[in-house]
Amino acid sequence: MASLVGSRVERKEDKKLLTGRGRYTADVNFVHQTFAYFVRSPHARAQIKKIDTSKALKSPGVISILTGADIVNDKIGGLIAGWRIKSEDGSDMKVPPHPPLASDTVNYVGDHVAVVIAETLDEARNAAELVKVDYKILKAVVSTKDAMSSDQIYKDIPKNMCFDWLLGDRAKVQEAFDKADKIIKIDLVNNRLIPNAMEPRAANADYNPSTEEITLYTTSQNPHLARIIISAFNGVAPENKLRVIAPDVGGGFGSKIYPYAEEVVCSWAAKKIERPVKWVADRTESFLSDCHGRDHVTHAELAVKNDGTFLGFKNETIANLGAYASVFGTVTPTYLFGPCATGVYKMPAAYSNVKAVYTNTAPVDAYRGAGRPEATYTIETLVEKAARELGMDPAEIRMKNFPTQFPFQQTLVHSVDSGDYVGGLNKAMEVADYKGFEKRKRESASKGKLRGIGLCSYFEACGIAPSPVVMMLGCGIGLWESAEVRFNPTGNVTVFTGSHSHGQGHDTTFAQIAADQLGVPLENIEIAHGDTDKGPFGYGTYGSRSLTVGGTAIVKACDKIIAKGKRVAAKMLEASVDDIEFSNGEFVVAKSNKKKTIGEVAFACYLPGTYGEVKSPLPEGDEPGLKETSFFDPVNFSFPAGSHICEVEVDPDTGETKLAKYTAVDDFGTIINPLVVEGQVHGGLAQGIGQALYENCHYDESGQLVTASYMDYTMPRADNFPEFNLGFTCTPATSNPLGTKGCGEAGAIAAPPAVMNAVMNAIGTEISMPATAEKVWKACNKNKKSNSEAA
Amino acid sequence: MKTFNYHSAKDVKEASKLASSNSAFLAGGMTTIPSIKLGLATYKDIINIKNIKSLSGIKVSGKTIKIGATTKHVEVANSKDVKKAIPSLAALAEGIGDPQVRNRGTIGGSIANNDPSADYPSACIALNAVIHTNNRKIEAEKFFKGMFETALKNGEIIEAIEFSIPEKSNYQKYPNPASRYAVVGVYVAKHKGEVNVAVTGAKPCVYNDKDLAKALSNNFSSSAIESVKISSSGMNSDIHASAEYRANMVRVFAKKAVEAC
Repeated sequence: MASLVGSRVERKEDKKLLTGRGRYTADVNFVHQTFAYFVRSPHARAQIKKIDTSKALKSPGVISILTGADIVNDKIGGLIAGWRIKSEDGSDMKVPPHPPLASDTVNYVGDHVAVVIAETLDEARNAAELVKVDYKILKAVVSTKDAMSSDQIYKDIPKNMCFDWLLGDRAKVQEAFDKADKIIKIDLVNNRLIPNAMEPRAANADYNPSTEEITLYTTSQNPHLARIIISAFNGVAPENKLRVIAPDVGGGFGSKIYPYAEEVVCSWAAKKIERPVKWVADRTESFLSDCHGRDHVTHAELAVKNDGTFLGFKNETIANLGAYASVFGTVTPTYLFGPCATGVYKMPAAYSNVKAVYTNTAPVDAYRGAGRPEATYTIETLVEKAARELGMDPAEIRMKNFPTQFPFQQTLVHSVDSGDYVGGLNKAMEVADYKGFEKRKRESASKGKLRGIGLCSYFEACGIAPSPVVMMLGCGIGLWESAEVRFNPTGNVTVFTGSHSHGQGHDTTFAQIAADQLGVPLENIEIAHGDTDKGPFGYGTYGSRSLTVGGTAIVKACDKIIAKGKRVAAKMLEASVDDIEFSNGEFVVAKSNKKKTIGEVAFACYLPGTYGEVKSPLPEGDEPGLKETSFFDPVNFSFPAGSHICEVEVDPDTGETKLAKYTAVDDFGTIINPLVVEGQVHGGLAQGIGQALYENCHYDESGQLVTASYMDYTMPRADNFPEFNLGFTCTPATSNPLGTKGCGEAGAIAAPPAVMNAVMNAIGTEISMPATAEKVWKACNKNKKSNSEAA
Repeated sequence: MKTFNYHSAKDVKEASKLASSNSAFLAGGMTTIPSIKLGLATYKDIINIKNIKSLSGIKVSGKTIKIGATTKHVEVANSKDVKKAIPSLAALAEGIGDPQVRNRGTIGGSIANNDPSADYPSACIALNAVIHTNNRKIEAEKFFKGMFETALKNGEIIEAIEFSIPEKSNYQKYPNPASRYAVVGVYVAKHKGEVNVAVTGAKPCVYNDKDLAKALSNNFSSSAIESVKISSSGMNSDIHASAEYRANMVRVFAKKAVEAC
């Protein structure tokens, strides 16, 4: 049987998803279903003086209205910050309470105030309008940059600062800077983004009074994490009385890793009223209350020698956490950001200092790339600026500072096991026809257009693990992954994984892995995920971890299956276990034609005895059945890397930027399914290009979200993109047996600097993201004016 | 969504009779229905006029094209008659919204709504349209009164829009990258002895830029636009485009339209 790993197998799940047969949380309805509608704060910051529900309770169809007072009475715990960060001075981070329904204050527009539960959604919504909340409006803190000098939001949190974190050595950096020929400085903003998963968040909780069990259907990337948080922290039900199911989920991009207030409230309310409670976000609620991404203000400096050698790097960042510390809100701008800040370069000294601040905006958490796009944007725009100021080619300055020996001990944390940064950039330059750029620039100029080219070389740390390391760094959970491989008696296979597929294609790629390991046809393998009652505990899908961590767990579980299979086959074939070889789904006695298929062995495991034709006594000491579980905790992160080259054409009359050419050459180690990987790269690029040119979350001064719909929030569309030129290099990862590295976030990490470097190259001026037409037009005009003044 | 009474009118007379100060006529419903759903608008009565056959269809006669009010954008875009007589009008219809909108939205609905960034109002101004209602005929210049405001009276129904066929014409727009509505749209039409330059998106209401029109009637070329002063005062300003940028885009897109004529 030919190996399936590495082949372009079409996605098994696409048929149902593309023909409308997916089954999402909103599709699930229980008998006696009720509907929840949340009363949300219309103010960015206010005190709740009084909530009057008397009129709303009389509205037709209303079953119950719950507020923060009920949360307090029932001792329902608050939402949590999952990663404990310590400040440079050793003090703990400061975290405000985050009740699932506000008790005395609201802290962003969209904050949860009350929930109305009614027989129909319309009735719930109409009644919600009658809930009278008496607010005392307070001055909102909105600006990231000014948050520390603005009004204090929480009594116990001076300067609105959660922590002031340092990674690296300031003194060593200063020494390096003292020796530098030149210091390159940059000030930048990493614009806030709204995740915009295609499927809005939803929850539907059903309580069974006879078993006292809650079943919660929810849009989660991580149902086990949802269960443990809702049980252990919110205290809604013990873990053994809470089943969380994340069925088909239409995209997450980080925003669905952890439970929100709505899941907690629906589960709690279902138990309280003993009827199922369903909530589905409308699009406006998604804009207002999904956790947002990015939102950094950064000053960075690079110390260089005149020949382009990097000596040191410093990074001072203010990261906006929004109104509350979300589950991964504190790790995203620290351990996911700081260690990657020096990029793919040899950097003798470096530090990253991050001050995380609270503002009266939606909470900020992990969003595709989570910290690594922010890090890469900083170093890669800085390196490009260094090349400009030193009069070097941007490729040359990168090549000069790439490590060539692996493992490479990166400056701040990571030991990068494998990579070939020189080879990657060379290949990207070849695919992009880097040398032909000047000619294309002249052609564009003849049409009155400004053409620019931009590079980005990145690496990222993904497959987030190993558990002992992340826990030492303050993570509240382990980050291993589980798999259970279960042979059914008739020889087909169900693989239970703790990872969760919500667009990544696990139904196909994980099946490819299991098919190769077990020699079972692809169509006989079912991947089961997303149900805490089905498989073993797991940690879900985010941070490009599923294949390297979850996929490896499958390999390990398959190894155990084969080991047992060998013992059983040996008994059946009356041979010694040491003589049994396994390949292509067959157990063969060495140097003979005596063999049993894995299906026959599985059948024997379930029928352990002699019955007519069936003769399958189990070896002594082996139990019946054929099912194995593995928990895999890798020894290191995986470190994908690559070089992207973007060319843009700017119309100076309108400022419109057209992507003329985009080349991505990535090293994801071993590739299981190129079709799926290319899809992941395309998706990541769309989001990265979106950040660079289009997307921007905009709050006005009072904290109202101006971009709360697709009328104003610019999602990129297919016609905004050229055909992407993709290429791959391969240095297998050494930290997992498959040799794979994560690929889900690469596009979102590499594209923003590549695109922005190209735009800045075209117009000759620094501008901030997103490079909207008006911004670029103004920059072009300013250049024109200063040129004519100079003349 | 709040409840309302639904009526399906069999003719214009019945529809008009059902109308009140708290009613809306429903044709494509491309603005009305989302507004109701979002709670931005509530009505006591919704009067469906889609089943009134006389309100739909395209007729060419010598110097004009008359398009029934409930004619869908896709029908205008695909009409051989429109493409032949006023190709820019068919192209404008082809560029409205997306396929779903074009297959439901109607020309009468677009005009009656008079969204500041809608496309059709600029065609009406540029092509000297006459709006036929159940009571009267209204010249386009007098029809569009202000933001979401027209000369239509309560119960008055647009029956058809009659466009003059120009010597040449073209419509160019810069779509909002988020909504794809026109940030600025410029419809240039050269009639015998007259040029119109209708601008949508730039101000609260569509208008004919008389300075540009005058310059082009003297010299119908994009170079004539260069020297015309385009003031940004009174222009819309929002997170997508400042007034200053819109003023620039009026010039750029007027030039593009003239060059494409």
